[in-house]
Amino acid sequence: MAISIEDVEHVARLARLKLTEEEKETYRRQLSDVLEHARKISEVDTSDVPPTSHTLPLRNVFREDSLRPSLSVKEATGSAAWAVEGAFKVPRII
Amino acid sequence: MEYETIIGLEIHAELSTESKMFCGCSASFGGGPNTKTCPVCLGHPGSLPVTNMKAIEYTMMLALALNCEITPRSVFHRKNYFYPDMPKNFQISQYDIPLSTDGHLDADMNDYVRKVGITRVHIEEDTGKSIHIGESGRIHGAEYSLEDFNRAGIPLAEIVTEPDIRSAEEARAFMQLLRATLEYLGISDCKMEEGSLRCDANISVAVDGKLGTKVEIKNMNSFRSLFRALSYEEERQRFALEQGGGLIQETRHWDDAEGKTHPLRSKEEAFDYRYFPEPDLVPIEPDPEWVDRLRENLPELPQARFHRFMEQFGLARDIASMLTGEKALADYFERAVETGQGPEELAKWIAGDLSAMLREAVVPIQHCPVAPRGLGELVALVNQKVISGKMAKEVLREAFETGKGPQRIVDEKGLSQIADAHELEVVVDEVIAENPGAADDMRTGKEQALKFMMGQVMKKTRGKANPEVASRLLKQKLIGRE
Amino acid sequence: MKIIEKDALSIAGLIKGREISALEVTRVFLERIDKVEKKVKAYINVAAELALSRAKEVDMELADGVEAGVFGGVPIAVKDVLTTRGFPTTCGSKMLEGFVPVYDATVVERIGRAGTVMLGKANMDEFAMGSSTENSYFGPTMNPWDLERVPGGSSGGSAAAVAAGEAPWALGSDTGGSIRQPAALCGIVGLKPTYGLVSRYGLVAFASSLDQVGPMTRTVRDCAALLGVIAGYDPMDSTSIPGELPDYVGALTGEVKGLKAGVVRELSSEGIDTGVRERFGETVSLLEKLGVACEEVSLPSFAHGLSAYYIIAPAEASSNLARFDGVRYGYRAPGESEDVWEMYDRTRAEGFGGEVKRRIMLGTYALSAGYYDAYYAQAQKIRTLIVRDFGRAWDEYDVLVSPTSPSTAFKLGEKVDDPLTMYLSDICTIPVNLAGIPALSLPCGLSDGLPVGFQVMGPPLEEPKVLNVAYALEQAIGFDARPEL
Repeated sequence: MAISIEDVEHVARLARLKLTEEEKETYRRQLSDVLEHARKISEVDTSDVPPTSHTLPLRNVFREDSLRPSLSVKEATGSAAWAVEGAFKVPRII
Repeated sequence: MEYETIIGLEIHAELSTESKMFCGCSASFGGGPNTKTCPVCLGHPGSLPVTNMKAIEYTMMLALALNCEITPRSVFHRKNYFYPDMPKNFQISQYDIPLSTDGHLDADMNDYVRKVGITRVHIEEDTGKSIHIGESGRIHGAEYSLEDFNRAGIPLAEIVTEPDIRSAEEARAFMQLLRATLEYLGISDCKMEEGSLRCDANISVAVDGKLGTKVEIKNMNSFRSLFRALSYEEERQRFALEQGGGLIQETRHWDDAEGKTHPLRSKEEAFDYRYFPEPDLVPIEPDPEWVDRLRENLPELPQARFHRFMEQFGLARDIASMLTGEKALADYFERAVETGQGPEELAKWIAGDLSAMLREAVVPIQHCPVAPRGLGELVALVNQKVISGKMAKEVLREAFETGKGPQRIVDEKGLSQIADAHELEVVVDEVIAENPGAADDMRTGKEQALKFMMGQVMKKTRGKANPEVASRLLKQKLIGRE
Repeated sequence: MKIIEKDALSIAGLIKGREISALEVTRVFLERIDKVEKKVKAYINVAAELALSRAKEVDMELADGVEAGVFGGVPIAVKDVLTTRGFPTTCGSKMLEGFVPVYDATVVERIGRAGTVMLGKANMDEFAMGSSTENSYFGPTMNPWDLERVPGGSSGGSAAAVAAGEAPWALGSDTGGSIRQPAALCGIVGLKPTYGLVSRYGLVAFASSLDQVGPMTRTVRDCAALLGVIAGYDPMDSTSIPGELPDYVGALTGEVKGLKAGVVRELSSEGIDTGVRERFGETVSLLEKLGVACEEVSLPSFAHGLSAYYIIAPAEASSNLARFDGVRYGYRAPGESEDVWEMYDRTRAEGFGGEVKRRIMLGTYALSAGYYDAYYAQAQKIRTLIVRDFGRAWDEYDVLVSPTSPSTAFKLGEKVDDPLTMYLSDICTIPVNLAGIPALSLPCGLSDGLPVGFQVMGPPLEEPKVLNVAYALEQAIGFDARPEL
């Protein structure tokens, strides 16, 4: 399964990764290799097989609607040097 | 050519749980930025969500109130997209197996009923809030933005309707009924202005039964803007079609100040949410007994109360609709009825003067200074002819402003009517003597003269004369008949 | 025997018996770290001061006659993928360089309550993605048996620390073999527990439906003991299994006669190096001598395990790692960005290493519109087939066995440029994660001077059985070789 540079660019955009031209080509080749290998699974007949997203037999795991202490603003923003007055500053959105 | 407007709504209601959807932070509104956050709702590495049972219960109550089927086994999905107000850059939501499907809610349009199908009701988490800093204060032209995650993780019920709505009026009526339903259930604050109730719409115009191009409208932050935005968009699309112009499938943003919709252009047009089952959570399989218990314990809902108000109290459609549109208002009415006064009169007072005063003072009915008992007292005073209807309006205002009971106001100000014929006869005689010209006019049958003479009687009694008795006396004396 | 050569339970006994203080033990290990760390590089951050003060606390508690936890004063290494409140947690990534968590992972809290003394955070492949620990932003860890070779991965730092005597035991995490494969390559014991047995709260997620934390130890007994500390229900993890825990140490009777073991053909023949195959065959013979009936079993779906895994794990990872965006914590690309999108693109391009980016790209692709059904959905169905194959095997066998890794430790740099070949290192360990079952790797001898691992797999929650089979084998094998440093 060969994927194109355009595919790589589209995926990098969804994943928010800036790639150099060289990286695009490397990933194009490497992803093609891995997907080629993975394509073998499409040959397996799974028409009557349900998917497994979890191996656990658990269901209905809930917590009571009760409060737990929140972090202090200092703790909440302590890992962001760019925080301003308790909020996280980011470059403009549009 | 025949045009038909086709509208479907997508509504998000914040649920009024104590804690957030997946962590123990407070779900209340307000507070300084990031004061209600923890590793889970900030998306810190290694943190995991645990579902708030109350949020599930509230969503099921809503689903049942909207006549939906509860899905025997539903799952959470991750909706993946990057946005700075998203702590994990995915939203925990539901996708192909929502909590409930296939319901309906019927909006009363006075002369017909619009049955609106509910495609699904599901549960998801809210995002944080971006505050745009710059001259405009808006996203366009902002220099930078500040992210506050207090709202991130508040439980949201999403309600999706079928495209069954045919006009902006119907959309507004539906939303009002939905809002009332949420309020009756006691599961949401329902404040569109604060964003605890939000509505997006899909609108298209079909020509001779042929489906048109669907346009999504966002940013309608009140019932009024919902109505205005959809009316505007309906006109815009019809005009474009009449001109033979094409419409494109797009998302448009309602600008309330300008009264127009604008295409919403984002640098992020590549939407591919890559939904997949949320591996950190397990399926929800509600026990049928749980569902039955919730169904049995549902409160009386707005529509049922609306019909009951018409049947039980003989209220007119529009007044019944208005009173039941807000739970607290309907509760107020029913408590006033308990005083034994006539429901129709009480309803008129509530829907009329009292509502106007509340609106003017921006006071919710829950905090109305005139208690339902007080309103009953007022109506009783009128019925017993202690005060006139006109006087009652003033007494109500006084009661509203001072919080005093109507009887007390009447007593303190000596406002009781003079209905005693002997007492009034003295006054009437005086008025006739003092106004010979007007008295003559009246004798010759001039209608306006009676009004003048009545005015004089009222002036002399400082408005306390019972108008019926005074008018009868004047007529007896001057025309010789009543 | 020197302290650094002893197993953790023996050290615990010495401290409890007041033959040595917790502080002395901690000093001995810190000295050992000082001595060999330059060669091995097992740790990203050594918590020397923290460890010494914690050891003093334990000594004080002991002096006061207070029970200082079951393993009071026993040092431990913690893979740097587990959050430690107030101490840096990097996940081997530039993205989290200097990141100090505000909370402890549940397992970190539990080992703390048991009285252990954390020596530091062990090196790993970035975000646990890799099989050699070469993908660490902080540089590779060397295999103590041969410093030119890799220790395996992704828990290579934990494995190397235990093998090199830089810690008596360690915590690792295993998504596709990340505990068992480095345990095998470093000649120690490593267990991946049943999915849901050990809390994942505070384990920085790679692939949420596959990740488990587990013990990496010198002996099977230590392994059972450490599992007893970390296992059990946690209300902070919705995928945590409720219920009482068995006595894992108590289960080690060494009595295995009458059990049946299946030798998985798909994991033990094709693609397995000769040396590994030889040691594996000998160990199976030993198992038979112990009275375990061994026969070959074919589990055909396993042929597709690797492919399914390399769709599912990257898909989940692409979503799990989206949170590293330079907004709330971690790395943010320096300098002005035109807008937030550019900040994201640069932050993530600069903050993540090559393998992480590769897997994010792969996972994003597998989930994207038009490819979901062909890749992700199909992989989930293959997963069902693997679960079913295991289920059928448990009707017949008590345990299944295979080599842990197709080869012994390979040379640094040997596979780093060829992702697919590197991925093949996980071929024997992956089906276990896809099915959520427990599996343990046990050293079963050397091949050309390098350790070989033997994998024992069991049905869900049958850790006692898996541990006991491993224990019986451990006694029979008598593996006592140690790397020279």
